[in-house]
Amino acid sequence: MTGHTLAAQAPGFLSPSGVEVAFLLVGIVTLGAALITVTTRQLVHAALWLVVALGGLAVEYLLLTAEFIAWVQVLIYVGSVVVLLLFGLMLTKAPIGRSPDADSGNRWAALTVAVAAAAALVWVVVDAFRTTWIDLRGSPQGTTKVTGDILFRHWVLPFEALSVLLLAALVGAIVLSRKGQGERRGESGEGEQH
Amino acid sequence: MSGTLDVVLRLLAVFVAFIALPLVVGQTEHKVMAHMQGRLGPMYAGGFHGWAQLVADGVKFAQKEDVVPAGADRRVFQLAPVVALLPYLLVLIAIPVGPGNAVGQFVDAGIFFVLAVMGVGVLGSLMAGWASANKFSLLGGLRTAAQLMAYELPMLLAAASVAMAAGTVSLPGILDAFHWWWVPWQIVGGLVFFTAGLAELQRPPFDMPVADSEIIFGAYTEYTGLRFAMFLLAEFAGIVVLCALTAVLFLGGWHGPFGADGLGWLWTLLKTAVLAFVVIWLRVSYPRLREDQLQKLAWTVLIPLALAQIALTGIVKVAIQ
Repeated sequence: MTGHTLAAQAPGFLSPSGVEVAFLLVGIVTLGAALITVTTRQLVHAALWLVVALGGLAVEYLLLTAEFIAWVQVLIYVGSVVVLLLFGLMLTKAPIGRSPDADSGNRWAALTVAVAAAAALVWVVVDAFRTTWIDLRGSPQGTTKVTGDILFRHWVLPFEALSVLLLAALVGAIVLSRKGQGERRGESGEGEQH
Repeated sequence: MSGTLDVVLRLLAVFVAFIALPLVVGQTEHKVMAHMQGRLGPMYAGGFHGWAQLVADGVKFAQKEDVVPAGADRRVFQLAPVVALLPYLLVLIAIPVGPGNAVGQFVDAGIFFVLAVMGVGVLGSLMAGWASANKFSLLGGLRTAAQLMAYELPMLLAAASVAMAAGTVSLPGILDAFHWWWVPWQIVGGLVFFTAGLAELQRPPFDMPVADSEIIFGAYTEYTGLRFAMFLLAEFAGIVVLCALTAVLFLGGWHGPFGADGLGWLWTLLKTAVLAFVVIWLRVSYPRLREDQLQKLAWTVLIPLALAQIALTGIVKVAIQ
């Protein structure tokens, strides 16, 4: 990354710029939407609040000038993952209104895990950057070109490892679905094709 | 100050295009369908060949009562048409119409922006399908979701092929890198993109989710008045966006045999109009695909074709370097 300067020269926390204020506000909205997602008793509303939370994250990426990541976030999470989620909810005929049994009873365990994960992430980020100041107004650092350069020069191995992981998941999904098909073939003739 | 004025003027131009072009497409659809089926179509409103029919329709929609079913999820039901319509307005901002800076707003990762935001529009149909508390709407929503998941992938792959060819993901950048021989080179990708786009818009022959003769317009069954009009407008705006995108990505946008400098925007509009005509033509001439045929077409034809196009693009790209 470029544009590092000493903390002494960096602007202080007491005179935030417009972008910083916007970043904080969007962050609060995102956090709120995420909290509603996991606490609401209306299943489809949870999925829709998830859209707000993921969209908020995309806006945060945009504010940090990481344009490419922001649009991929919208494309993959809002466009595909949430649609898949809604598809599943519709298949199970998610009722309109509250579902009284929409509580797994793991409230406290989930809260503990969430707080622990949040603490670990915050600690890692704080420890990694400390007082580093990255000037967003300088040379763009989140454009597609820069992202691609860094990804395929410095992070090729993790990238390839991830793609192998995804391939394994894909093969696993095919194996699982074909297994089910073989068992059902006796009763219903031909199973699902896709 | 002039910077602000420039931005305002650009956004205003995009907004005017967003209002006017879908109406033009709608009126063309009335007339083209009528002539292909050997009838006149709307002839009275406005006098000359019924040009004001859609305006009259708009007035009619505005007068109708806005009904929300008693069993519906009120807020989601009312929000759905807006979610369906707004993304297309946002997409129009990023589509270049001419050389230079004739674009609403330059977006660095243009292809990703356009495809990502277009995908959000489908959420509107899903929300409408679920929130209507109607079994036909729910079926329509389910079919919409299944269709979107099948056709999003070939669309992305086809767009990725063009991005590979141009070496950039910004739409003006792609047009700057365009040469005429890209058209035959990327033609398979173009066909895949256009077909998948039709399916994403739920236009015939991919209109299973809104099949009026079996599930009564699917997710839009319970909608009346202005909210229904917004869904209709979203469909026509979707046609404009899809055709403009296909023209920009695969047919060279403002490039033409002559006059690309001064009249580039005319080439873009002409290509978009021809593609919109094809969209209407397909509606008149093709029967509706069944759900299993829809899925089969996406997974066994379009995705392999798109992958083959990417391989071809890669090979040619390496060969000419």
